[in-house]
Amino acid sequence: MKFSESWLRTFVNPAIDTQSLCDLLTFGGIEVEAVAPLAPAFDRVVVAEVLEVEKHPNADRLNLCKVNVGDAVLSIVCGAPNVKVGIRVPAALVGAQLPEMKIKAAKVRGVDSAGMLCSARELGLDNGVDGLWILSPNATIGMNLRQALSLDDNIIDIKATPNRGDCLSLLGLAREVSALGNCALNIPFDTNPVSVKQTKPQAIEIKALEACPRYCARPIHGVNPKAPTPDWMVERLARSGVRSISAIVDVTNYVMLEMGQPLHAFDAAKIDGAIQVRWAQTGESLLLLNGETRVLDQQYLIIADQTKPLALAGIMGGQDSSVSDNTQDVVLESAFFSPDAIAGKSRKLGFGSDSSYRFERGVDFANTLEAMERASALILQIAGGVAGPVSEAIGSLPQRSDIFLRLNRVEKVLGVALSWEAVAALLKRLDFAFEKTAEGFRVTPTSYRFDMSIEEDLIEEVARVYGYENIPALSPVVAQSALPSVESNRSAQSLRRLMVSRNYQEIVTYSFVDKDWEKDFYANANPISLANPIASQMAVMRSGLIGGLVQTIAYNLNHQQSRIRVFETGRCFSADGTDYAQPWYLGAAVCGGAVDEQWGVKPPRAVDFFDMKADLEALWSPKTLRFMPEIHPALHPGKCARIYDGAKAVGWLGELHPKWQQKYELSQPVILFEFELNALSVVPIPQFKENSKFLPVVRDVALVFDESVTYQSILEAVNAQKPSTITDFSLFDIYRGAGVENGKKSLAFRMLVQDTAKTLTDADVELSVSEIIKIMQHQFNAKLR
Amino acid sequence: MQELDEIVNSALETFAGISDADELEQIKARYLGKTGPLTELLKGLGKLPASERPAMGARINAAKQVLDQALKARRESLQQIKLDARLKEEALDVSLPARGNSLGGLHPVTRTLERVTEIFHSLGFAVADGPEIETDFFNFTALNQPENHPARSMHDTFYIEGEKHLLRTHTSPIQVRYMLNNKPPIRIIAPGRVYRVDSDATHSPMFHQVEGLWIDQEINFAHLKGILTDFFKRFFERDDLKVRFRPSFFPFTEPSAEIDMSFGKGWLEIGGCGMVHPQVLKNVDIDTQQFQGFAFGMGLDRLTMLRYGVNDLRLFFDNDLRFLRQFR
Repeated sequence: MKFSESWLRTFVNPAIDTQSLCDLLTFGGIEVEAVAPLAPAFDRVVVAEVLEVEKHPNADRLNLCKVNVGDAVLSIVCGAPNVKVGIRVPAALVGAQLPEMKIKAAKVRGVDSAGMLCSARELGLDNGVDGLWILSPNATIGMNLRQALSLDDNIIDIKATPNRGDCLSLLGLAREVSALGNCALNIPFDTNPVSVKQTKPQAIEIKALEACPRYCARPIHGVNPKAPTPDWMVERLARSGVRSISAIVDVTNYVMLEMGQPLHAFDAAKIDGAIQVRWAQTGESLLLLNGETRVLDQQYLIIADQTKPLALAGIMGGQDSSVSDNTQDVVLESAFFSPDAIAGKSRKLGFGSDSSYRFERGVDFANTLEAMERASALILQIAGGVAGPVSEAIGSLPQRSDIFLRLNRVEKVLGVALSWEAVAALLKRLDFAFEKTAEGFRVTPTSYRFDMSIEEDLIEEVARVYGYENIPALSPVVAQSALPSVESNRSAQSLRRLMVSRNYQEIVTYSFVDKDWEKDFYANANPISLANPIASQMAVMRSGLIGGLVQTIAYNLNHQQSRIRVFETGRCFSADGTDYAQPWYLGAAVCGGAVDEQWGVKPPRAVDFFDMKADLEALWSPKTLRFMPEIHPALHPGKCARIYDGAKAVGWLGELHPKWQQKYELSQPVILFEFELNALSVVPIPQFKENSKFLPVVRDVALVFDESVTYQSILEAVNAQKPSTITDFSLFDIYRGAGVENGKKSLAFRMLVQDTAKTLTDADVELSVSEIIKIMQHQFNAKLR
Repeated sequence: MQELDEIVNSALETFAGISDADELEQIKARYLGKTGPLTELLKGLGKLPASERPAMGARINAAKQVLDQALKARRESLQQIKLDARLKEEALDVSLPARGNSLGGLHPVTRTLERVTEIFHSLGFAVADGPEIETDFFNFTALNQPENHPARSMHDTFYIEGEKHLLRTHTSPIQVRYMLNNKPPIRIIAPGRVYRVDSDATHSPMFHQVEGLWIDQEINFAHLKGILTDFFKRFFERDDLKVRFRPSFFPFTEPSAEIDMSFGKGWLEIGGCGMVHPQVLKNVDIDTQQFQGFAFGMGLDRLTMLRYGVNDLRLFFDNDLRFLRQFR
């Protein structure tokens, strides 16, 4: 909310400068977002009346003007086309310092000019008008312009928090300044009832009294709809960012800014019988003041007459019943609509108003009639007319129940001890009524404080007025115990560190992705979709990390990077019944050389499946993973493994499918893996075992297998059946070619044979090795080479 | 015995002139071998009168010892020369680049997250986590923001189609979930991704927050000020850092405060905090007369920007390696 400092100071005028006033508000919780002078610095500019206008003898476009500047008549050359006799304009006298120039006595095309007639722009005040700034005919000739137009003012923009609807008016802000600054509040107007002619009252029927517990309506007869709004009101509205429309509408806006009570004026001629306040019927429609027609339903509270809706209660008036240039009689409405009846509606409508903004935060229900009287007085004063009687309906207004405030509770919550007298003084500044009780206070909050209902609300008020800066910063003294440290838990942090040490750069990509990514990389035709995405490429929740990894690789390949190694940890999402599974994943992708380009290694070979497999196994060490050839929509069908931890599938490793490499315009193959982090949350804690005292014997053996036999299946068969004397079994060579049939491969294994209890004889060793060979022969039809 | 002296002198001269270890061993045989001149002299002892034999024998043996020692010295000298040559030949340009792979790096926000976690860990805060697709109840209602509450418009929420679920707009729902499952005293931080419908140079539709919560019997507002002031000083490693607390409003805390900090000139908004609202504690069945405490939240991305001088939030999500590699 924007307002003028000088207007505020008519209510409350602490002896502090603008910045201190803003700080007072900000440190009281009413954040000042911006403060700026209304007009930039300039001086020696006065109100001048144009007395004569003659053509400049030497220039077609210039005029020679005689102007009255109060104590003299000056000759000034003027180039503005809108100059004419009789208007009052700003005149910068010789010696004046304007925002962008200094005025000197000068000859303009051979004619003396004793100053300059100014546009608003030349004074740093852009009013959107080209040419001279034409002032009010009532402006005092010769008066300093800053004084004449009250330009020595600042525009303060505040952001009131949603609980402080009471601060959305000059009166409310003034009360706040008075409480925070401990200074007197002087309300610069009265709300005495205007004199009333006992005409026929406006009939009212409040059918939704719970939503509208107070409604006042008053006819004002015979107004002048074309009466001009006084300058001072236009100016105050403008400084609050409100455009002048017509005198009657301006008065309703002015009183809303002044007192916080939204008001509405109907054209009485458009009201058919009694005014109703009721919930809309489904299908009723209304053309609103903003030009939009809305079809309503029962969630909207409306003002209606006997035949039609007139206005969306508390939100916006209807166009048909609004005051116009032809209006003779108006009906002025001042009401209290309950916050519950208005809240959320502007979000549903897609627009709000100054009125709905206030009603949904809470308007002072004790002020309804006062605002009506204030607005009536202003209308009578400006637009004339005769006020009729007020019709009023009252239901059950919000209660301001007494709140007990315990002194020891204040200390317990805030950590600072305050005396009863100190707290009493703070409550007084807030204008809260209170009584002394055994434990502290019984407080009755003011009607406009919708945010006061429990003890903590009052404690916050005490803290706020006392000043947060006056509360000390302390270290808690509590019983200490060590935090749990779970050694078997491999944390995301330790995995990230491990990835970094293996030359991966961590990235963070969006959790919402392009729908195509889900379709391409996960064959997911029904991803979890956002109802209100900000862009189509951020429309669905990712079910895995591949999309973000691939995009990052593509982005960086396009930015002159050739060797890229990235990883991400983050949640991925999938539907799980009516709920969502949201497991953490770790995913990584690489492309380019297997090692950094470097001397002594020429040329570095491209990174491949088995390089990445090593990284994956390092993360999982000491657990051993199983790699099974399965099909994944994102991956090359021949270079793709599903990863198992025991029997549990935990992730995938493979090369990006060439068709996606092409579609996503990647100049190099990409290898990637991803797995569920949770699968790695428990790793075994080492348990000591005695080393064998006897030396191991090393034996190598080579066998020929069908190409279709996987190493994984051999390993699993051996591990399941090998004699206990085989303590290590590993593949050390693969051979295809001369001596091995086509479609076959020769695998060479190395074994360590060792016993914990004795030195093995050659016969023992041969027996153990022959058992391994037997497993291979029987299970895989392997032949010794 | 002029002959003996000549033999010795000739041998010594020959040894000194040899620069090859194998040749030295061959020359050794020539002087000291079975057919060498000394052996011949020894053999010829029998021809001498018996009275001269002992003296002559002693002299020959002395000469032999001289030659043995000269040989040994020459041998060692040659070994040393050979070693010196080898060492010289093997010398490296030690300034050449190292081999193998360099290190990767953490994302700058992770770097911050780890620092934040570590500092709060030293203050006894455990780490909690929670889902990012949330329900309206945990994100709003349980945090004292019933439907239509004007405070909801402070957060522009992403909804999942069907409108039953949403993307959490803050990390505060983790507080609620944690308090439902754990009894006080509670001392946690909860970092994570959060989402709001907003995108420009200072807003990203996805960003990171860290939430803190301390519930115990006597944890008060002064403690909140103390803990957070301490944290910011540690995080920025600046004892002259100033932290101030400004009254504000969050539906789930009361009293509430905005946290501003300053390195000396100007103030920066860095987070929000307050005493946990009694209604929030009631919503999770915590006795508000026995327990109370504070909660705070701050943007990890913002902390990262301030810490490392990053001037555009969007850089964190572009994943340009030239940017990310600066944080190794």
